[in-house]
Amino acid sequence: MAEIKVDVRGETCPVPLVETRKALRRAAPGDVIEIVGTHPASKKEIPMAAEALRLELLSVEGEDTAWVIRIRR
Amino acid sequence: MPEKTTIVVQSGDMDKLYSALIIANGALAMGMEVSLYFTFWGLERLKKGGLDKGPLSKMHLLGLGKWMVKQRMAKAKVASLERLLADYKELGGKILACEMTMDIMGIRREDLREDLIDDYGAVGSYIAEARQSAVTLFI
Repeated sequence: MAEIKVDVRGETCPVPLVETRKALRRAAPGDVIEIVGTHPASKKEIPMAAEALRLELLSVEGEDTAWVIRIRR
Repeated sequence: MPEKTTIVVQSGDMDKLYSALIIANGALAMGMEVSLYFTFWGLERLKKGGLDKGPLSKMHLLGLGKWMVKQRMAKAKVASLERLLADYKELGGKILACEMTMDIMGIRREDLREDLIDDYGAVGSYIAEARQSAVTLFI
């Protein structure tokens, strides 16, 4: 099982969400995707996307302007 | 079956195209299927070299307003329309071109970016998809 990093620091709407989705599509089931970002709304919305995609949200850490989110595909 | 979003892109204004593509990409990112129906002034934006050519819907000011907004967008690191469209296709979004608009405006298939267009259709195709959509918008 691989761990895939997605760096969207400095990016704004809708790029963090889109790059997360792209990485999830490329990942194999069981892979962990770690997204690092600074866009405040995405800190809430990436977990919403994980829920909509019925994927496991492993963790959300950091502040609104510097966060790390981990999702298992 | 995943939920669906269907958007009519009737406006060719730059800001409205941003709205359509951002919503469409967001829907794809959150696991929905998306179809964009390009019609009237919207279809002009699918002409070769036309994506970025639309005016601002307000305060265009003969291009000065658009220039200022583009400067501010660059500063805020907003993705280009070209990038949003490439992401949209990569995430599996569909694009449909309105054939009646092509007749009215004298647009031929070879004038359009055919590589992006999944199908050519009319109102029946839109309704068939829209009636099964959780989200449907006219922009």
